[in-house]
Amino acid sequence: MSIARQRRVATAKRVWGHFRSSPQGMIGLMVLLVFVAMAVLAPVLADVRELNPVFARQSGNPQWASPSDFPFLGTDHIRRSVWVQFVWGSRVSLFVGLAATVLTILIGSVVGIVSGYLGKRTDRVMMRVTEWFLVIPFLPLAIVLASVLGRSVWIIIFVIGVTSWPSTARLVRAQVLTVKQRLFVDRARSLGAKGGHIIGHHILPNVSGLILANATLAVPISILTETTLAFLGLGDPSSASWGKTLEEAFVNGAIVRNAWWYFLPAGLGILAVVMAFTLIGRTLEEIANPRLSRNR
Amino acid sequence: MVLGSVATLAFVLVFNFFLFRVVQTDPVGSLFRGRNIPQDVLDELRADFGLDQSLGAQFVLYVKETLQGNLGVSYQSRQPVWDEIARSVPPTVALVGASAILSAVIGTVAGIVAAWRRNTWKDHAITSGTMIFYSMPDFWLGMILLVGFAVVLPWFPVGGMTDIGSTATGLDRLLDQLHHMFLPALTLTLAYLGEYALIMRSSLLEVMGEDYLTVARAKGLRDKIVRRRHAVPNAILPVVTLTAINLGFVLSGAIAVEAVFSWPGLGKATADAIRGPDLPMLQGLFLLFSGAVIVFNLLADITYAWLDPRVEGA
Repeated sequence: MSIARQRRVATAKRVWGHFRSSPQGMIGLMVLLVFVAMAVLAPVLADVRELNPVFARQSGNPQWASPSDFPFLGTDHIRRSVWVQFVWGSRVSLFVGLAATVLTILIGSVVGIVSGYLGKRTDRVMMRVTEWFLVIPFLPLAIVLASVLGRSVWIIIFVIGVTSWPSTARLVRAQVLTVKQRLFVDRARSLGAKGGHIIGHHILPNVSGLILANATLAVPISILTETTLAFLGLGDPSSASWGKTLEEAFVNGAIVRNAWWYFLPAGLGILAVVMAFTLIGRTLEEIANPRLSRNR
Repeated sequence: MVLGSVATLAFVLVFNFFLFRVVQTDPVGSLFRGRNIPQDVLDELRADFGLDQSLGAQFVLYVKETLQGNLGVSYQSRQPVWDEIARSVPPTVALVGASAILSAVIGTVAGIVAAWRRNTWKDHAITSGTMIFYSMPDFWLGMILLVGFAVVLPWFPVGGMTDIGSTATGLDRLLDQLHHMFLPALTLTLAYLGEYALIMRSSLLEVMGEDYLTVARAKGLRDKIVRRRHAVPNAILPVVTLTAINLGFVLSGAIAVEAVFSWPGLGKATADAIRGPDLPMLQGLFLLFSGAVIVFNLLADITYAWLDPRVEGA
């Protein structure tokens, strides 16, 4: 094992050690693992055919049944089991949240690193564009893009990624600017290293911690945005996320019927997952930047 | 700063033009979709809209019309988009404006209490409470409040801004509107609170380590005086900026919540336009939302420079 690799393994161990000693981080991780397990085991936990209203009718499900009449979580206006929707919804919500975050972080990191590393005119132009995107209100932009482009899971992911990268780009750029000043970058350059090598071997390892913490904190925004877009009717009609469940419950009058079981589980799921990511992200942030923990 | 904002506004205008041209290659066709209209009439309409001209000429036309306040005609209501928007602004300003002020005041006070009593039960209750409200979809909170306080306990109306068929005027009308506004305003206040509380808390914690507070205490000042005269004024700046920035989001801040409570503002107009989709309406709303944020960001920068001389020229 090379020295650099050994050091990286040691750093990972140290970070995990810190993480394990943080109650909030561990609670977040447990909650997240429960939901990931639910999403992965969805075919075992709930029969996907139950999502089909025709199947639900044929199996004799009652309509608008409360949880005490139909386990575990009652039924909706077209006799589908709410539990099955909840389990399969976790899949879509987690997938969209994670995929959109990956796209956000990818765009943000590339813009931040290129802009910060190259500097000069490239930096000025890229930061100007970043500022434009930062100023345009995020949700209306996502709504407009989604209405114009159509309704599918991939479009939702694209829309969230394209609208939420600017803050990551700024954060990464600032970090790159400080790393760039460090002696080892000058040393590598004087030894004849090219830009690509310096970015890959010296800059990236030193900003990756920040990128990871930022990514964890970006997932809640992605999930909440997906929820809101789905609630406004911009979700994928063929794959039911938690946001879609909330929309259907609202549109079909669950509120006036006091059918709390229809919309309570999906919202609690979102709340739990969002809080889990926030707790994990904050813990990672505190490890990466110990000065923060003093204030929190 | 002003130049930068003008450039951003220009960018929004260009962006808005091209975004809606991407899908809408033939607005006349989609306007009269499914109706039997002779080709020469359609061509004439296209000429009326300027669609037979080059992209450049269309853009110039678009900018000219927009600057004159002509945003096109809504597909759904067949009314000018401008009129539709103008009608929806007051309800939104009333609802979101009131919630923004309430959440800023309550959130700041909560942040001060949490920081001053750090690591006590009060701090933990405030920090975790605000985080829970911050982590839930705001419209879901609205749905819960609606079921709880309009359906199970019928204390408040289920939606709208006035009772249906109400002919009340004057004070009675105002009270009726406030009655309708209570639940949506409560939802938004709870949803926005957390941000203010967290920022005030961390800003005050930073100030609490400063020497001048030790000096103030050494002079024998009471705890309350130290907090009110020395600590809070020095920690309030980030909250002021946040408030100014959030004021820009007043217009666009409650899209889903307005939809839940059928509050007849810009948010509900947006939600209705999505269902169409009513593209001219969406285009106009997006322009307004972006413009508001840009203008208030500029105001926030100016206020900041005025309150904190250290950032002058930055």
